[in-house]
Amino acid sequence: MTTKAQAVIDWVDERFPLTSSIKGHLTEYYAPKNFNFWYFFGSLALLVLVIQIVTGIFLVMHYKPDASLNASGVPVAFASVEYIMRDVPGGWLIRYMHSTGASAFFIVVYLHMFRGLLYGSYRKPRELIWIFGTLIFLALMAEAFMGYLLPWGQMSFWGAQVIVNLFSAIPVIGPDLSVVIRGDFVVSDATLNRFFSFHVIAVPLILIGLVAAHIVALHEVGSNNPDGVEIKKKKGPDGHPLDGIPFHPYYTVKDIVGVVGFLIVFSFIVFFAPEGGGYFLEFNNFIPADPLKTPPHIAPVWYFTPFYSILRAVTYPLLGIDAKFWGVVAMGAAVVIIAFLPWLDRSPVKSIRYKGGLFKAILAIFIVAFFILGYLGVLPPTPGRTLVSQICSVIYFGFFLLMPWYSKMDKCKPEPDRVTG
Amino acid sequence: MKKLLTSLLFAPLLAFASGAELHLDKAPVSTDPAALQNGAKLFVNYCLNCHGASYMRYNRLQELGLSEQAIKDNLMFTADKVGEPMRIAMQRDEAKAWFGAAPPDLTVISRSRASEFGSGADWLYTYLRSFYRDSERPTGWNNVVFENVGMPHVLYELQGEQIAKVSEKDDGHGGKIKEISLELAKPGKLSKEEYDKASADLVSYLVWMGEPMAEKRKNIGTAVIAFLGLLFVLSYLLKKNYWKDVH
Repeated sequence: MTTKAQAVIDWVDERFPLTSSIKGHLTEYYAPKNFNFWYFFGSLALLVLVIQIVTGIFLVMHYKPDASLNASGVPVAFASVEYIMRDVPGGWLIRYMHSTGASAFFIVVYLHMFRGLLYGSYRKPRELIWIFGTLIFLALMAEAFMGYLLPWGQMSFWGAQVIVNLFSAIPVIGPDLSVVIRGDFVVSDATLNRFFSFHVIAVPLILIGLVAAHIVALHEVGSNNPDGVEIKKKKGPDGHPLDGIPFHPYYTVKDIVGVVGFLIVFSFIVFFAPEGGGYFLEFNNFIPADPLKTPPHIAPVWYFTPFYSILRAVTYPLLGIDAKFWGVVAMGAAVVIIAFLPWLDRSPVKSIRYKGGLFKAILAIFIVAFFILGYLGVLPPTPGRTLVSQICSVIYFGFFLLMPWYSKMDKCKPEPDRVTG
Repeated sequence: MKKLLTSLLFAPLLAFASGAELHLDKAPVSTDPAALQNGAKLFVNYCLNCHGASYMRYNRLQELGLSEQAIKDNLMFTADKVGEPMRIAMQRDEAKAWFGAAPPDLTVISRSRASEFGSGADWLYTYLRSFYRDSERPTGWNNVVFENVGMPHVLYELQGEQIAKVSEKDDGHGGKIKEISLELAKPGKLSKEEYDKASADLVSYLVWMGEPMAEKRKNIGTAVIAFLGLLFVLSYLLKKNYWKDVH
């Protein structure tokens, strides 16, 4: 480096932790050398966040959160989305990237969470990382839900109507609360405008703050790995973990491979199947919102369906309160319970590699139940389907609530001292 | 073990498959400019009196190989400038009084009509060919795909008049399914094959209008993925080179 450039860096370093931050988070952040496929999804989640923010900035330049009808009788908001798709140069690409990005975000985040389950990444000392992660998941759900109202199609409108109505099931404050959320007695222009505000300002700010906290906490304690052993316990004479390698350049170049691989899949959807078979862009959402015409079947977007199924599975009133309220409680609990995993898992080992058959079988059943809940969530309910979703909901909660016992009973193998590659 | 569990857990789902069936004919959607131009002609002549296409500008028809002058001369009846969208003069509240519901905007109709029974094109293609005479309806028309539809059969002079033969069939579960078969009672200007072709052209146009950039999107996509494929190989080699000293 030339002495002039070095002088500039020195000048900055005296006033801002530039070099030390680069060292601490990149060039001298030691990550375990044995990351496998599952470890791509953290950096990919960050990539999708950036895609959503950048495409979102451009969409906001042309989108109009206005539910009033234009001269042709079409809501302005709906027409502005079609304007972006047709008249804004490159608008279709930006819009498809954003709509595909929403689904991609959840795919990546679900896989990222599953990685945590596989390798016990939530265990001590990473409890806070996991809690921040759960909060990110919650913020993401709020972000996706409010963003889905903006195109102002039939599913946007009626999906919001159904979900906001759920809040009215809360005793005493419920009805007023749902009015506060909507800003009106029905989903209307007021709702559209406040959801727009939350979607483009409030929730993204929270999301970015939480992501920063998630990464800072991670870099404080160091990454877990597929063996679930702490690399910091075995350090070489230079003070660096024997099984650790600097994040940069090793994992930056590795993550580039993951990023390009992801972009290939992402581009296939954006360019060749942007509707995602009706799961990424629902067919009904190409019809402008009509408050007088309820669609025969209101299905949430795929990423909410497991939790929506849990909500619908609760059909018994309790303590004199409507079943709907307990459904909302169950749905909320289904997300919140994830945050308690660090204290529910009592296994002597972290990674599934050294856990016994009992845990593996229960995890497999849990995943299958989660998929079934997701599948049932897109279908209209029948008595048979409700029964299946009730069984799967019990499995879902059983996985968490019984974990203190079965994780202790499980016959684990001994953990190795060092990572096994 | 996992497989066994999966199959056991999914077993009850198989019993669920039921509900109203909608049989749709596969639409022979074309991207041929001649077919699309014919579809555009049918669209402005027969559809664009009651239905608008308010996100679709006339000058975009140039992408079908029509000149601006040809569009102005042959296809623009209700607009002055070629950059205007395809709007209609009919008032929505009046339309509602006449038909029971205001006719929907057709710009993205082919995208909204997709369902588990078939694509939006399949629905439209079957719908356009499934009108039949029904004296109980105010318009004198009914439709197999869209029961009690408010729209009369505007293409009847082309297709002619169909009548419905209703028969009942055993559904295999002890119930009865109503089956409607259509029969041409009075021929129109076109033969059955010609009318099917005209319907296909119109549907092809509606599909094109729903996403005029669809072909461009796929072309760009091919280039993007080819580029990313190359980048993938390079980034993989880069990674391998950096990682050769990690054991």
